[in-house]
Order: sequence, then C-alpha cells, then structure tokens
Amino acid sequence: MTDPLSTAQLYLDGITVSFDGFKALNALSLVIEPGELRTIIGPNGAGKTTMMDVITGKTRPDSGTAMFEGRHDLTRLDEPTIANLGIGRKFQKPTVFENLTVEENLELALKDDRRIRHTLFRRLDEEQEAKLERVLAQVGLMRRRTELAGLLSHGQKQWLEIGMLLVHDPRLILLDEPVAGMTDAETAATADLITRLARDRTIVVVEHDMVFVRSLGAKVTVLHEGSVLAEGSIDAVQNHPRVIEVYLGR
Amino acid sequence: MMRRTPLLTGSGWLVFLAAMLVAAVLIPVLATLPPPDSMFRLPAYLVPLFGKYLCYAILALALDLIWGYAGILSLGHGAFFALGGYAMGMYLMRQIGTRGVYGDPILPDFMVFLNWRELPFAWWGFHNFAYAAFMALAVPGALAALFGWFAFRSRVTGVYLSIITQAMTYALLLAFFRNDMGFGGNNGLTDFKEILGYEVQAPSTRLGLYVITAVALGLSFLVCRFVVTTRFGRLLLALRDAESRVRFIGYSTTGAKLFVFVLSALLCGLAGALYVPQVGIINPSEFQPGNSIEVAIWVAVGGRGTLVGAILGALVVNFVKTWLTGAAPELWLFALGALFIVVTLAMPNGILGLVAQAKQWRRTPTAPVAETVHD
Repeated sequence: MTDPLSTAQLYLDGITVSFDGFKALNALSLVIEPGELRTIIGPNGAGKTTMMDVITGKTRPDSGTAMFEGRHDLTRLDEPTIANLGIGRKFQKPTVFENLTVEENLELALKDDRRIRHTLFRRLDEEQEAKLERVLAQVGLMRRRTELAGLLSHGQKQWLEIGMLLVHDPRLILLDEPVAGMTDAETAATADLITRLARDRTIVVVEHDMVFVRSLGAKVTVLHEGSVLAEGSIDAVQNHPRVIEVYLGR
Repeated sequence: MMRRTPLLTGSGWLVFLAAMLVAAVLIPVLATLPPPDSMFRLPAYLVPLFGKYLCYAILALALDLIWGYAGILSLGHGAFFALGGYAMGMYLMRQIGTRGVYGDPILPDFMVFLNWRELPFAWWGFHNFAYAAFMALAVPGALAALFGWFAFRSRVTGVYLSIITQAMTYALLLAFFRNDMGFGGNNGLTDFKEILGYEVQAPSTRLGLYVITAVALGLSFLVCRFVVTTRFGRLLLALRDAESRVRFIGYSTTGAKLFVFVLSALLCGLAGALYVPQVGIINPSEFQPGNSIEVAIWVAVGGRGTLVGAILGALVVNFVKTWLTGAAPELWLFALGALFIVVTLAMPNGILGLVAQAKQWRRTPTAPVAETVHD
C-alpha cells in the first residue's frame, strides 16, 4: 500500500474539535482518493458540517492532521487560501449573491487574480467568457443569466452555487446537503449533474436523503458522534448493525 | 457575452452634463452677470452656502460608497471630513502671517497667546499649499487605513463597527478640544486672510472655490461610479449581502473593505479641505458624533446604494435645514428625527427608491438595498 499522505486527495487523521467541552469531532480519520465520489451520512450532530468547516479553514481543529494532496496543511491556512488551492464548498443553505445577476455571480467565482487592482481594471478575457458560458449550460441556467439570482427558485439557486464552484476549477468539491428542500424532479436532475461532474473531479457529498445517496451509487461513510462509524457501499452500511442502532435507536 | 454595466448610460451622461452645467456654469453666471438689482442675480451670500452643500454632497457620496455598496455603516465619517478641514485650516492660518492680532510672522495667534516659542512639528510645512493639500488627503486616508485594518481584520461588522467609529470621532473631538494638542483648542482655526494669494472673503475667490467644489463633486461622482460598475463593485455588493461566502470563493474581504474605506476617507478629506475656506472656520465641533450621524441620514433620505441619491439627499436635507433653522430653529432636530423615522419606515430606498417604484421596477445599475437579510 502506498503512503496515503502523498497520494490521497484529502487526508484527515485524528481530527478533534471541541466546543466548550463538547467534542464535535472525535479523532476523525478519513481518506478520499483522487477522482472519488464519496457520500457522507450521519445523524444530526454527527459532525458533518464541522468536518467541512475544518477542511475549508473555517474551524481550526484542536488536534489532528488535515492534508490536501499530501502537500497543503489545511489546519494552517485561511479560508481564501484554501479556496484558491482548489477546494470548493457548497453550503447547506444556498447563499448566492441575490443582488447580482446569475452571470455576475459566476464572474465573481471565476478562477482569476483576486487582487483589488485586477478586479478594478480587468475584464473577462475570451477564455473566461467561454468557461462562464460552458458552466451556465452545465448547470442549466443559460436562459436566466441576466436575471437577479434572488429571483431564482430554490433548486436553481443550488445549481448556481454548484456553478460557482465549477468556474473556480476546484479539484475537490464539498457539497453540503445539495438536495435539501428540492422537489423530486430537481433532486433527480441534481443527482444526474453530480454524477456527470464526478467523472473528472473529486466530490464529497453530505446528505440526509437516502434515495438521493443511493442514486449516486458511491461509497458511503457514516459519521456518528464525531468519528467514522462505518464505511462501504450503501447496502453494506444500511445492513451494518451499529448503523441501524444509531439511526433507529434501541 | 456578459452584459456590461457602462460607467454611465447615454441618458446618464446627459443628466450628468446638465447637472454639471447648472452647478459649475449657470450658477456662477447668475452670480456675476445680471445687474445687482435684477431678479436673476444670485445674491453673493448664497455662493459659499451652495459651496458648503456641495462639500456635504461629496461627504454623502463617500459614505454611500461604503454603506450602500459595501454595507459598512461608518458613523465617524465626520472625523475624516474634519481632519481634511484642519489640514486646509492650518495652511490658511500660516498664510495670515504678520496680519494676525499679535503680528507674529510664523506663529498663529493662538500659539502666541499660549506663550509658545516655536512652531510645533505637526505644523511644519503647512505654509506650502501643495503639502497642506496632500496632508488633507493623507491624514484621513492614513487614519482610515489604520482604523480599518484593525476593525476589518478582527471582523468587526455591523452595529459594532458603527459604534467604534462613533467612539473614534468622539475621541478626536476631545483631543482637538485640548489647547496643548496645538490645533487651536475649542476655538479652532479661523480669521483666515488669503488662499494662494487670493483674499478668502472676496466674492471672486468664493466663486472660484465654489466652481472647484462643483467640479470636485462631479469627479468624485465619476470615481465612485467607476468603482461600483467594475467587478470590484460587484464584489462589494456581494460582501455586503454575504461576506463569509465571498471569503469562501477566495477573496480577501479585509483588503476589499480596507480599500473602499480608505477611498471613502480620501473623499471626506477632499470635502473637508474645500469646506473650510468657504465657511471660514474649522473647530472641534466638526468632530461631534451627531454630525456623522446626520451624514447617514442624508444618504438614507436620498437613497442608499444609489450614488445620485446620496448627493440628492445631502442637498435636500441641507436646504431644508438652512430654511428651517432660520424659520423655526427649535424645530430642526425634531424634523431631522421625524425625517429619519419616515425614511426608515416608509421609504427604505429613499427618494430615488420612490422614483424607481414609480417607474415600475426595472433593473438599474444601482444597488437597491437587499430585502432579504443574510447573517
């Protein structure tokens, strides 16, 4: 076996985070391989969001290692730096910029020089325009590009957010409950979108909706009380006795 | 292709040029050409008054840039304005020379009165106009950079930021009241004689200062307009509505806020420097916390997040103030309070918001205040 530190896309080892004595993450270890699509499930308070916070630099762990591509120590970097490394995160609550148009949202998210001088004096070049168009088509928002993002439906906002990740060319995408609040049709379209995107990217999806998790057909990790309870295919974990116990209670 | 927001639309340029013509050409013409007894003649005392209003309009523009677009409600912008004013006042004091009451060629009167022997370090170089003009921008800019760096780096936002900006201007008020600060204590700086060799009180000088102020306002507007129509302007709107989201897509919000905060302070310094020769005095009362709050009211009345609204608000409220403090002085503060309540409750987007509602909501390149609140 090769050293996970050097080959894994994301390597978490022994991550512990406590808030006022409550351990949100308890020695959590997780390895995501390049190109993998992984779903993470777990009851409320299992530490799913805290885990995302650690990976994106929002929360500093009390102890443990978090490495991106074996080179970048995520516990020492701040949020913009981590985002620019190529880790994109979609939040649970869709937060698009409601007073900007769909295309302006994507423009801000484009991978580009983030310095003030650049944002003041440069316009998008042809290549960037082309990428913007490609992503608009990918997430199905081409016809609404000049509308204010605040006017989109809930599902469309979620797709716009995914689009905002895509224009940034992330190598690792974290999706926090991407189908929460979506209609069945929107959920199916989102599953389709994610499977297509997973062909050339590493994606981690946190989700409650078991139908959706099943439709992704990916390896599943179950979190419980801040650490990994089980890992494997959806069928394997659903039949895992500890998982049943945690989810159904005694 | 992405839809671009132009600096100004065709009709926008027309309105801009028309406003500039009225402010910088028509008013000076009316103040000089018609015979003194003609009904078209603009009385001489109105010229510095209009000049004062235009300085306030620059101040309002500066606040709108950070409040309306970046969501930073500074209630200390009067301090940057006053600092710019003090820098210009110090130049004007040094120009008095031997014409002062005590006739000291170097020391201003108040220093002679305090038995000071030599010019304090802070006053060095202020006999030079270029240096004073530079300091009128550099001092407010530097204070804004320092203050903003600490505040934004520590992620102080919202009402907490507003409160510490009030504390900042109050602290400066107390400091400038002290005689040993060396800025004239509670009397401030006044009794000016000359600016660049022209007599400050002369109608022609006042007219010149007025025209310069009008042009400065026009240029300030274009600068602000440029900032808000670029990608940087859209970044400001984004961080106003969802700051943490902006950080997650890789922007340093601290840097963006600091930049716009300093730019705004520079505009305040410019406004203050133009204000002092026209009103003929600068004293610590300009630092009063209430002054800065009044600026926020002008912006709210005109229409927050619309640069034109800020200018309009400053002009309208100050016209009303001049009229009311003459007609019924005891009513002014009640009127101001009532105005604020009415604007907050009935017209959250100000005068321009009413215009926009009348025009059946079509998207203009302004930034209407968000109806949804993000935390």
